[in-house]
Amino acid sequence: MNKRAIWSILSMIVLFSMLLGGCAVPAAAPAAPAADAAAAPAEAAPAEAAIQIPAPVDGMFNVAFVYVGPVGDAGWTYAHDEGRRYLEENLEGVHTAYLESVPEGADAERVIRNLARAGFNAVFTTSFGYMDPTATVAAEFPDIDFVHVSGFLKGPNFSNLFGGMESMKYLVGMIAGAKAQELGATQVGYIAPFATAEVVRHINAAAMGMRSVCPECTLDIRWTFSWFDPNLERESAASLIDAGAVVVITGADTPGPVQVAGEKGVFGVGYDSRNACSIDPEACLTVPYWNWGPEYVRLVQEMMDGTFVGSDIYFDVDSGSLGLLGFVEDQTPQPGVPASIVPQVQELLAKMESGEFTRFDVFSGPINDNKGNLFVPEGEQLTQSDLEGLKGIEGREDCTFCMSWLAEGVSPDAELPSGN
Amino acid sequence: MTAQSALGPTPEKTVTRLRIEQRMEQPTWLRYASPIILVGAALLVGALLLRLAGANPWFVYRQMFSIAFGSAYGWSDTTIKAVPLIVIGLGVALALRMRLFNVGAEGQFFIGAFMATGVALYILPTNAPAWLMLLAMGLGGFIGGAFWGFIPGILKARLNVNEIITTLMLTYVAVLWNNYWVYGPWSERGFGMTSTFPDNAWMPRFTDYAEQIPALRGMTAHFGIFVAIVLAIVMWILLRSSKWGFEISVIGDNNRAARYAGINLSRNIILVMMISGGFAGLAGMIEVAGVVHRLQERFSPGYGFTAIIIAWLAKLNPLAIIPVAYLFGGLLVGGDAIQPAGVAAMLQGVILFVVVGGEMLLTYRVRLEKVAVAA
Repeated sequence: MNKRAIWSILSMIVLFSMLLGGCAVPAAAPAAPAADAAAAPAEAAPAEAAIQIPAPVDGMFNVAFVYVGPVGDAGWTYAHDEGRRYLEENLEGVHTAYLESVPEGADAERVIRNLARAGFNAVFTTSFGYMDPTATVAAEFPDIDFVHVSGFLKGPNFSNLFGGMESMKYLVGMIAGAKAQELGATQVGYIAPFATAEVVRHINAAAMGMRSVCPECTLDIRWTFSWFDPNLERESAASLIDAGAVVVITGADTPGPVQVAGEKGVFGVGYDSRNACSIDPEACLTVPYWNWGPEYVRLVQEMMDGTFVGSDIYFDVDSGSLGLLGFVEDQTPQPGVPASIVPQVQELLAKMESGEFTRFDVFSGPINDNKGNLFVPEGEQLTQSDLEGLKGIEGREDCTFCMSWLAEGVSPDAELPSGN
Repeated sequence: MTAQSALGPTPEKTVTRLRIEQRMEQPTWLRYASPIILVGAALLVGALLLRLAGANPWFVYRQMFSIAFGSAYGWSDTTIKAVPLIVIGLGVALALRMRLFNVGAEGQFFIGAFMATGVALYILPTNAPAWLMLLAMGLGGFIGGAFWGFIPGILKARLNVNEIITTLMLTYVAVLWNNYWVYGPWSERGFGMTSTFPDNAWMPRFTDYAEQIPALRGMTAHFGIFVAIVLAIVMWILLRSSKWGFEISVIGDNNRAARYAGINLSRNIILVMMISGGFAGLAGMIEVAGVVHRLQERFSPGYGFTAIIIAWLAKLNPLAIIPVAYLFGGLLVGGDAIQPAGVAAMLQGVILFVVVGGEMLLTYRVRLEKVAVAA
């Protein structure tokens, strides 16, 4: 009896330490990709104290940021944090603080409410899952300004902010298609986090861009069901490559897939942050990235002036808030980009920058779905509501070509996960 | 040995062995003081790590404490975390009294939440009265959790299958089952979540009464805390004063004696596992109805596992579970404010580890022993 009890308890202790260790992994894991991602995230770290507790500073305009991943993810959250630092450097009298790795859902509401109570003047929340919590807290604190990134709700003191990354994904598709052609292959892969309107329109834009260059190419998809899961993103990349993909485009938060592509001797396209290629520049074709800084400065300036009004903000390439590594700001294309495609991409990008070619031109009929049926007829163009897949949202028109379909070029047997 | 010595000086060797043995008697004061000693030791180890990470531990702890307990809002937030810990902890403690290790409360919690969500979104009409809705959800949650406890219970009772393994493995099944529904048939807009519950499926919260009592505005703690306290008192009375409570402690102390005394072992194993699971399931229902208001992926920060430690530290006393759960709830709430986020997770891990490891050192004696062996 005693011996048995000893073993039961010992095994429990071992199990707990493993399980609880497991629970902590989402927070602890970022250390690995951050370390891998060259020096980029390390530059940011020493500027701040090792451990901090966000608090407003008297006499400053205090802005808090809520992040879904760690600032060292070298992707989505890193790009936002870059924007935060840009804001602090470029606007006098602004103090910023952030909370990273905040789970979406009920915990987020508490975290956002506590920031409002603590006395911050503005709160930026940067993941889709923070939308409802932000809306709830914004209604409770009318004197504080809120900005939610990637959603569609607004209020008197609450704006939503996003941009036409689909335009850049179209160019990415062109580059990936050209690379596949150059390698004599036809398979391109895409790592998709969730089957949301945002992700689906990025996939579709990439597929259409790819088909415009390489009519015989197909886009294979892997769903990860997570914005940030370094291991799963790497596994998905490996799975796509094993299935024949020669270029892997990621729509998730870390540059892990690019690294895997390099290890396996093929090519990758990163996402979100201009640093995503630094993990393996040889294997990385490009990165469509977010440049949040200027938009943050503009919004916070409005807040400080008292002119901020909750609205729907959706910028396109002409705003300068979207980038494509190797093609903007005097950058030169990555070594892997086929020379033949560079002028075409540059030409279309120039049209996008001048506002002549927008996301609506990307989504202009005729467009077939991935089963070969005509989906958007000639002469029709998707609307903003179609792109965002909005239905039954107050103050917004309902979508007709709602973003829950896959465009021609996506592998014909691919389907959106059920329930949409 | 004497024979060996006669052969010469060399062939004998001594080896140092680690021996773990149960302390025969633990002084009464130590039994009551041990939770405090353990938590204190854990905080000290945590402080050391914070120091190494370059922070001032005193400042960090003070901030955490003031966030969790320094204001009415803090108490409200901490209560939200404490409720599931108390309710699950009660179920785990009940099973532990019988020496049944229900380490799968996390899974039962998920199944309870799943059942409650099914009732709220797909079974009852959205205009059902709130009392009926919540009652049906609670019943659904309890039944779901009880079923998840019944499986290991009957396996243990009939086939003597180790319940540590079965309950733990069923946790993974439960989490994946939950993921299937929230990403598949019940998904909203492709995310790992269902649509929001109708208002009548929301457990009343203090902030809902802000119109009558303005001081309650923003207090999102819900009435699940009253359910938790009532359950704790009922269980305390049952275990102390009922024949069944006595049977359970007898089985826990010595199941052979219990069998001779005519106590039905199998029936009690199954029953206790079902109640234990049912409590975790009910906690899952309370969490979705009171806090999350929908079913979603990963909506638990490991309540089911933390609750085991809480039950243990509370010495399986239902009333003591309440303050211990508040302590750990405060740790969760206070930890969220520390940046980078990994530090809080590490601190929580260290504290749990020291508490569990320390408990073992207090219950068992570890001795180094020199043993003679033949060469």
